[in-house]
Order: sequence, then C-alpha cells, then structure tokens
Amino acid sequence: MKKIALSALVIVVFIAYIIHEHGDTDEVHVVAPSSQQISPTEVISQNTTATPPAASSSAPPSPAAVSGKYKDGQYTSEVGDAFYGPLQFRLTVSGGRITDVTFLQTPNDRGTSIEINSQATPILKQETIAAQSATVDVVSGATQTSEAFQQLLKSTLNEAKT
Amino acid sequence: MKKSQLIMGMPVTIEMMDVDSNRIFNKIFDYFFEVDGKFSTYKFESEISAINRGELKKENFSREMKEIFGLANSTKNDTLGFFDIKRDGVIDPSGIVKGWAIYNASKLLKDEGILNFYIDAGGDIEVSGLKNRKKWKVGVRNPFKKDEVVKVFGLTNAGIATSGNYERGDHVYNPHAKHSIADIASITVIGPNVYEADRFATAAYAMGSSGIDFIEKQRNLEGYMIDNAGIATYTSGIGKYLV
Repeated sequence: MKKIALSALVIVVFIAYIIHEHGDTDEVHVVAPSSQQISPTEVISQNTTATPPAASSSAPPSPAAVSGKYKDGQYTSEVGDAFYGPLQFRLTVSGGRITDVTFLQTPNDRGTSIEINSQATPILKQETIAAQSATVDVVSGATQTSEAFQQLLKSTLNEAKT
Repeated sequence: MKKSQLIMGMPVTIEMMDVDSNRIFNKIFDYFFEVDGKFSTYKFESEISAINRGELKKENFSREMKEIFGLANSTKNDTLGFFDIKRDGVIDPSGIVKGWAIYNASKLLKDEGILNFYIDAGGDIEVSGLKNRKKWKVGVRNPFKKDEVVKVFGLTNAGIATSGNYERGDHVYNPHAKHSIADIASITVIGPNVYEADRFATAAYAMGSSGIDFIEKQRNLEGYMIDNAGIATYTSGIGKYLV
C-alpha cells in the first residue's frame, strides 16, 4: 500500500506541476479524485516549512482553491520505498503554486536488470528472445524422447529423398 | 553426408563434409551403442546397473567407468557441488557421459582424418572445422516452441550444449535445494569442446538464475540463458560467436 500511495502521489504531484506550469490561473486546482490524499502535511516531512494549506486571502474562496493552495517554500519529501529503490523529491512552491519538482533520489526504472547485474557481474546483457529466420546446420536444445523420434523420422525421410 | 540413429533414447546425428563412408558412420554409431550398453541406467545388464545393484566392486569397474567416476568427481569440485551423479542413492552418470561420449566420438573421426564435421547427440554438439569454408551455423532452440530457433551461433572447433527442464521431466536438479529449478527454461553453453560445454551447462542449469553468472566467471565458456518469461541473459564474450 505504501508503494501504491507513493506512486499515486508522484503522479498527482506531476499533474499538479503540469497544471501549474501550463495553467492560466493562480489557483491550485488539484481536482483529481484522489486529491484529498495529498495534503502536504501528509506526505511532506516536517523538517521544512511545510504547513497545512491555508486559504488565500486574495483569491475568491472556492473549495478547490482552498484545498490546493500551498505556502511558499521548499518541501523535501521523505525517502520513500519505490519498489526498486529509494524515491525522494523536493517541491518548490512560490506564489502558492508548485513551480518546481526536483527528484533527489529515483529508483532505476530498470531495477530488475540492475539487480541481476549487481548480484555478480555487471557485464551480463539481456534481450528478449525472438525467432530467427536464418537457416542453421544443427540445433542445440534439450531433447525429448518423443521429439527425438520425430526428428529422426524427419532426417530419415530427408535421407530417403536424396 | 549426414546420418542419424536413435541411440540412448535420443537422435545421434553426424554430418561429415566430403566424406561418404558407411564404415566411418557405423564406427561412430557403434561407439555410442557401446557407451549406452555400459552406462544406461535403463538397461538391466549395463555395468552401471550392476554397480547400482551392488554387484560390482570398485576394483572391477571397467576402465571407462573408472574414468567417468573420476571425471564426475572433478566436475563436482569444479561446479561448487552442483553437479552430482548421485541422486537418491542411485548413481546416474548420464549427465557427464553424453558430452564425454560425443567428445570421444569426435576424436575417433579425427583419427580417421576427418576434420569438417559435427556430431549431435540430443542437442549437445561437437563442431569441427568448417562447412563449405564457413563456420557451422548452430541454432539455439526456443524452449517454448521446439521448431523455432531463437539464436544463431557460428562455430568451429567448439562444443555447445543446452540444459533445460523441457527435456526429460526433471532429470536435472539442484542437489543443494533438493527441488527442481523453476525460473530457467534453458541454458546453452559454448566451450572449447562438448564435454566442457555439457558438464557446465548441466551444473549451471542446476544453479537456477545465477548459473549464467557462474558461466561468466569461467574462462573459455560463454552462455545464453533463457528464463521462463522469454528473456535471455548472456555472457559478455558471446559476441565472437554471433553470425
């Protein structure tokens, strides 16, 4: 649940960020259904100046504006466990708007392969297997007895042709 | 010229370039039948069956049997104990006999002056010389689709072997964990000869997903491991075999 909540938070923060970067309003309109989960005090550590959202004195009161309005400052998140590694970011709020999101720590999005590599040798590589069209002289594989019979039949029939 | 025979419950195929000699084919096939007669745990009258019944003392083992026991012992040491011919009190050296037999058969062919050939016994292959002045093209079978090849290597004077559970039920196992290997569909190993490739493929397969790391650490060996998600992990030096 912690991971899901954290992921949701990151998404919502991004949405908020984008809205603020591109929006034409001063108000913070975080109106996603899950927006009630992201009041700053809930997710942003108190070692900064984070405070509960305060209603703007100048803006016309509206529920969205009230719930989404942030106090200016920089807010550093706690270090979250994002499944493949730590996640930590810093928000900059100015003029009541989130103006910047800086990721201080991010999990590698290819965590699985990194983990495989770090176990022993960092030089192993990976690929998804795909059928090859090239003709081959012989095939290496684990054998099955029933299959052995089929192969033998095939090669015997080929031999019979020539 | 190419010929196949069903020996040890698997097809043994020999292809020789510029040679058309039934005598030579038969010599090689006879050798495999002889090995099967000695080491097959499915044959009541085989030497290994007699050993497992306790009817044969160590000093009365044949020269070949002593050799195989010695090789199995050193392989166990070379592979951190992951290769073991003893299972549930029964000695089954088939995991080492196959590669050893193919390698010996290839030496018999070379003794006959034949240099351009491959010998394939159940998907483990010794490759010698060239085919029409090019490296032999050896495919890796898709463990999920037996008629499909998912990788092609160009080989000369090398051995290649694949171990996987899609072969015969559960015959490779992890002697440390005492259960079968779940995540890995197959591991293919290329080495200086099929004996090395086969024994290390068997051991690496028993190691599960860390088997490929083990192969990476071996000099002269390269590996191509396919997991059950269809993702291949391969060693750093495999590029020299790509065609």
